[in-house]
Amino acid sequence: MLEIRNLHASVEGHEILKGVNLTVNAGELHSIMGPNGSGKSTLAQVLAGRDTYKVTQGEVLYEGRNLLEMDPDERARAGVFMAFQYPVEIPGVNTAYFLRAALNSIRKHRGLEELDAADFLDWVKDKMKLVDMDERLLNRSINEGFSGGEKKRGEILQMAVLEPKLAIMDETDSGLDIDALKIVARGVNTLRSADRAIIVITHYQRVLDYIVPDFVHVLIDGRIVRSGGKELALELEEKGYAGVEQKNAATEPITS
Amino acid sequence: MTTATDATLETWASQEYKYGFVTDIETDSLPPGLNEDVIALISAKKNEPEWMLQWRLKSYRHWLKMTEPTWQNVHYPPIDYQSIIYYSAPKQDKDRPQSLDEVDPKLLETYEKLGIPLQEQEALAGVAVDAVFDSVSVATTFKAKLAELGIIFGSFSDAVQEHPDLVQKYLGTVVPYSDNFFATLNSAVFTDGSFAYIPKGVRCPMELSTYFRINALSTGQFERTLIIADEGSYVSYLEGCTAPMRDENQLHAAVVELIALDDATIKYSTIQNWYPGDKDGKGGIFNFVTKRGKCQGRNSHISWTQVETGAAITWKYPGCILIGDNSVGEFYSIALTNNHQQADTGTKMIHIGKNTTSNVVSKGISAGFGQNTYRGMIKINKGADHARNFTQCDSLLIGDKCGAHTFPYIEVKNSTARMEHEATTSKIGEDQMFYLNQRGISTEDAVSMIVNGFCKEVFRELPMEFAVEAQRLLEVSLEGSVG
Ligand SMILES: Nc1ncnc2c1ncn2[C@@H]1O[C@H](COP(=O)(O)OP(=O)(O)OP(=O)(O)O)[C@@H](O)[C@H]1O
Ligand SMILES: [Mg+2]
Repeated sequence: MLEIRNLHASVEGHEILKGVNLTVNAGELHSIMGPNGSGKSTLAQVLAGRDTYKVTQGEVLYEGRNLLEMDPDERARAGVFMAFQYPVEIPGVNTAYFLRAALNSIRKHRGLEELDAADFLDWVKDKMKLVDMDERLLNRSINEGFSGGEKKRGEILQMAVLEPKLAIMDETDSGLDIDALKIVARGVNTLRSADRAIIVITHYQRVLDYIVPDFVHVLIDGRIVRSGGKELALELEEKGYAGVEQKNAATEPITS
Repeated sequence: MTTATDATLETWASQEYKYGFVTDIETDSLPPGLNEDVIALISAKKNEPEWMLQWRLKSYRHWLKMTEPTWQNVHYPPIDYQSIIYYSAPKQDKDRPQSLDEVDPKLLETYEKLGIPLQEQEALAGVAVDAVFDSVSVATTFKAKLAELGIIFGSFSDAVQEHPDLVQKYLGTVVPYSDNFFATLNSAVFTDGSFAYIPKGVRCPMELSTYFRINALSTGQFERTLIIADEGSYVSYLEGCTAPMRDENQLHAAVVELIALDDATIKYSTIQNWYPGDKDGKGGIFNFVTKRGKCQGRNSHISWTQVETGAAITWKYPGCILIGDNSVGEFYSIALTNNHQQADTGTKMIHIGKNTTSNVVSKGISAGFGQNTYRGMIKINKGADHARNFTQCDSLLIGDKCGAHTFPYIEVKNSTARMEHEATTSKIGEDQMFYLNQRGISTEDAVSMIVNGFCKEVFRELPMEFAVEAQRLLEVSLEGSVG
């Protein structure tokens, strides 16, 4: 589904991604871990098409298409979803209205009928139960005045509503209490399916107790330095990034 | 930092102006220039009584002593008042058409094209329209139906003939002939406009509306509107404006006076879509307008709502003089400036009576090289016990070559007054655009979503039929080629 080859990206002349290789197949759940500033969000944003980041080398194929040539909204309509590490507040724009517009633009692209306000409400109410979110949030402006946890749950709600093929979750677990964490995990696990791929970016092994990954990758200084199964997360917990990186000195980075 | 998204937003040229066509029609026009003879001619063409002519001449003589104001935050080349044509009207076989059937088909077609069918059977149900073409009113719909309720609605010229007592009693009582340079000029040369009188206790059953169209070359449009809501009556009035696309600027200097007596309510809405000039700032209407309402009676209520998307220059401050105790004045405004448009607009609320309230909500949107100024004055006089004002003034910037400016003037002479002022300036952020894009929403839709969200409180104030129109107009004014 997704094939990243030797991806280099920079922001304002600083190279952040220094040759990322990663292959993600439908049905898989990958976790990317790495220290602060290593380039995790950069990778997510490059995949989503943020133009602040300039791709200087490499290529990304999504369902066989050159992803980097597509505009961000085009990528979204083609099924790429990113849950933001810092969801953006948009004052004045009603959440329900926005979400229906988003869903309809994607449905239209998929050749499905657009939903009217009433049908949409039915659709979204089910999904709200999944993430245990207060319905009243739908009538507020996008993310405006939402608590940190509400914002994160809102991202999962949006993911559930939009049903992406490739979901990239940038630290959706950060800043959540244990109950909220379980709710987010439930949301993600419900969405796991044979035709969907999920990339979970996280700092914490604990979330991986609830969302069990097929693969774990360690991103340090703009490169994936190690890849492995879910045990790798435990090893990281034990030895820290430094320990893992040292081991890397002896072995070639593995890509899944 | 300028990102590609910013650049996309900035290069948005306004979509082609839809109303830029010219109607090819024979006109009866005066030569350009202004003097007492021209004024006498205008007055004679309209068969005006002597007092009307004298009022015009008094205004003209006063105007000669005045100088054009320079305090506003707009820039334009000097206006040559001698090169303007002060009267231009489509030629009619008879003096004036007596019914809609007699209106020149070319004019009907023009309004059809503008989306304003004047045939009553096709007209928007619930809206009576007075159509003003250059210097004259060419048709008024539903006149007879309204007359059954005692409502007078039609052209100003007709009102001078048919209801001279009412016109003479109220004309110039809200905007005196000497008020300001542009209003005084208007008082001397005004040609037509609308007149409405709602009798005691009558709730006007339909929207009254005037559609102003500038067509002829080099003409100025100087219309005058007077609306009187007698005790306990209610009226909602709407005006719309368009003009052809031309390289030279044309002047539009209107005066609107509203009078609300005891317990009366007037809602006055404007959707202003004069030709804004091209994307390099060439051409466009200079819109210098004086609009004021007098809440004369107790519990009277005047509410101004404006959506200003057109004109090269907009200079207008619809205000309320709150004389009656418990009277309420409101001003809801959306002003959008794109490309090289400039707007200096706001309101003036003068509190005189006790327990008077004014609410001001201003939304300025600047894109391209647009400059948007909010200028508002709130004045609480000595006797205005327990007056209240709430002002909210928000600016939204799209791109970084445009500007937003705010000049609030507050004068409080009564210590029981309660004043609240809120102001914000925000920019459509690259992060907001990316967020919406990431959810599959196109850049154009994302901008209009944010802009509409920003303007929501004002749209709410518009009559239903026009809120949708206004929303669409904003979108069109911002639309363009998205790279
Ligand atoms: N817009 C930007 N302008 C300048 N520097 C940037 C920008 N975005 C990212 N960077 C820099 O790129 C590096 C990688 O940032 P990134 O956000 O990808 O890290 P991360 O791995 O997600 O870190 P964290 O775990 O803290 O979220 C950091 O040094 C950051 O300061
Ligand atoms: Mg990050």
